[in-house]
Amino acid sequence: MNRLDQKLRELKQEKRSGLVCYFTAGDPGFVESSNLFSQLGQAGADIIEIGIPFSDPVADGEIIQAAHIRALSAGQTVNKTIELVKEIRLKDNKTPIVFMTYLNPILQYGFEKLVCETENLIEGILILDAPLEYQDHFKLILNAKNMHLISMTAPTTPVERLEQISASATGFLYHVAENGLTGGNLNLPNLEKKIAEIKPIFNIPIAIGFGIKNESHVKALANKADLIVVGSALVDTFFKKGVNATLEKVRAFSQVLKQTK
Amino acid sequence: MPESLMPALQDLEREFNIIRNKAEFWTEYRHILTDFVGRPSPLFYAKNLTMYAGGAKIYLKREDLNHTGAHKINNCVGQILLAKLMGKTRIIAETGAGQHGVATATVCALFKLKCTIYMGETDVHRQQMNVDRMKLLGAEVKSVQKGRGTLKDAMNEALRDWISNVDTTYYLLGTGAGPHPYPTIVREFQKIIGIEAKNQILLKENKLPDALVACVGGGSNALGLMHPFLQDTNIKMFGVEAGGKGTNSGEHAASISKGKVGVLHGNLTYLLQDLDGQILDGHSISAGLDYPGVGPEHGILFETGRVTYVTVNDKDAVNAFQILSQQEGIIPALESAHAIAYAIKLAKEMQPEQTIIVNLSGRGDKDLNTVKKYLAGVTE
Repeated sequence: MNRLDQKLRELKQEKRSGLVCYFTAGDPGFVESSNLFSQLGQAGADIIEIGIPFSDPVADGEIIQAAHIRALSAGQTVNKTIELVKEIRLKDNKTPIVFMTYLNPILQYGFEKLVCETENLIEGILILDAPLEYQDHFKLILNAKNMHLISMTAPTTPVERLEQISASATGFLYHVAENGLTGGNLNLPNLEKKIAEIKPIFNIPIAIGFGIKNESHVKALANKADLIVVGSALVDTFFKKGVNATLEKVRAFSQVLKQTK
Repeated sequence: MPESLMPALQDLEREFNIIRNKAEFWTEYRHILTDFVGRPSPLFYAKNLTMYAGGAKIYLKREDLNHTGAHKINNCVGQILLAKLMGKTRIIAETGAGQHGVATATVCALFKLKCTIYMGETDVHRQQMNVDRMKLLGAEVKSVQKGRGTLKDAMNEALRDWISNVDTTYYLLGTGAGPHPYPTIVREFQKIIGIEAKNQILLKENKLPDALVACVGGGSNALGLMHPFLQDTNIKMFGVEAGGKGTNSGEHAASISKGKVGVLHGNLTYLLQDLDGQILDGHSISAGLDYPGVGPEHGILFETGRVTYVTVNDKDAVNAFQILSQQEGIIPALESAHAIAYAIKLAKEMQPEQTIIVNLSGRGDKDLNTVKKYLAGVTE
């Protein structure tokens, strides 16, 4: 049982939804990024998602695209993202960490090498552009080190495919709220219907991400989804207003979830 | 590819596999190619160019004479029929030089479908005439300001559009790269080039050619010409990549010659990238070759050694652009000029009784400004 399994069990016991906070590694620079990530758990993030920057992030909207470009311009690499995690763990050894990445940077780094070097540091990896058909190899390597490959589903995923994905999914499921990019718009009634459709198929917690921007979104999804992922809205705040305003926002989202039991 | 697109790609594969075996589909495809596109395109014996080179006989497969001026239309006709059958109401596409954009806008006008074309800002500037043509044909042209504003960036934005509008929209991909099943679809709709060329050369020479030469960006025109000849193992095949300012300059688009295997735009293939897996910007004077990847089938043909990949730099391509214009009265696209440049070199090393077929993939009207500026010493 790793930090993520532990956290998911706690959330279940507390009967509340968990908050997942996404930021891009090294945005706007290594030092600022490390400082922010190290305080997220304290501020109320239940799970930390760290994006490995990539030159061509096709699934991301404008805000996270810009974050990737800033991080790369500041010299962020896969290796430095591992260094970043080591720094975070000196200050926060409890909050689960999941990498969110595109295939090419981790293939070039060497997937096995990456997994070996992050053993006991991170709890899972989500590969945005590696759908079910290409996952077996990655799953084997991760599972051998007690880590999860986080699976994704989208509104377009048909029921029989949901079932196929469910058969080998571990950790939690990341459901993309809308057909679209990170930071898009949310259609809550449709989303709630989709969650109701997915829930019986999966026996692991379900995270909802893409388009969750404010406290009212978080409140609307509290206790409907097991985990609520906030990315673009936080990345934007961090870029425009800095670390304190960002942590303030994390606290506010966390409060909403703790109050909506 | 992101999960959001997987069901759409699987639908596309299923539909394509159905129509692939339907004679009616191919009859309609052939009918449009004949009456609307003007196929078969001629196989022209370039006598003057042959004399200029001094060696093997050079034949030009005149894809420049197709309606809209390039080979791109062949694929667009096939895919628009597929999109119609799938009930899609909106078409999107990426374009580099604008030839695929124009061809897509053209078939959309013909079939009365809404059309949005993504084009990098750099390319919008260097190919203004094609932008105007697309608009006249009723397409919306979206200029992509991200990255260096070339084909890679246009493809990123087209994919983002598709992810966001996948229910209504058909992505009419124009090159041999991209997610499965596109490389197969594009090849199947482009191999008409090679099928025709094979019949034509047999009629004219009573034997198969000794060599084939075509330029390779994503690689659709090269695959279209070469695929029907792959089993004829005596024929040498050359894929010409863009050498830009020289393959040691770091400013080129020679993905196979200088790249490394990786994943971009849903295919595992040769890419220009740094050690950390970040994709590098390509460079070529020809917008259509300015892409840091190449279709995966070319990667295989490279690894098996069936096709030899070479490079031609900007300077030699511009030179060939002028030579063909002066020798034969044919202004080639700058993309195709890369193939012409290599064919001249190759012909010299071959015997007069041997023959080469060069795919003249497009016409060069669109490139006059670029060439004028290059010759005046203004670099873009």
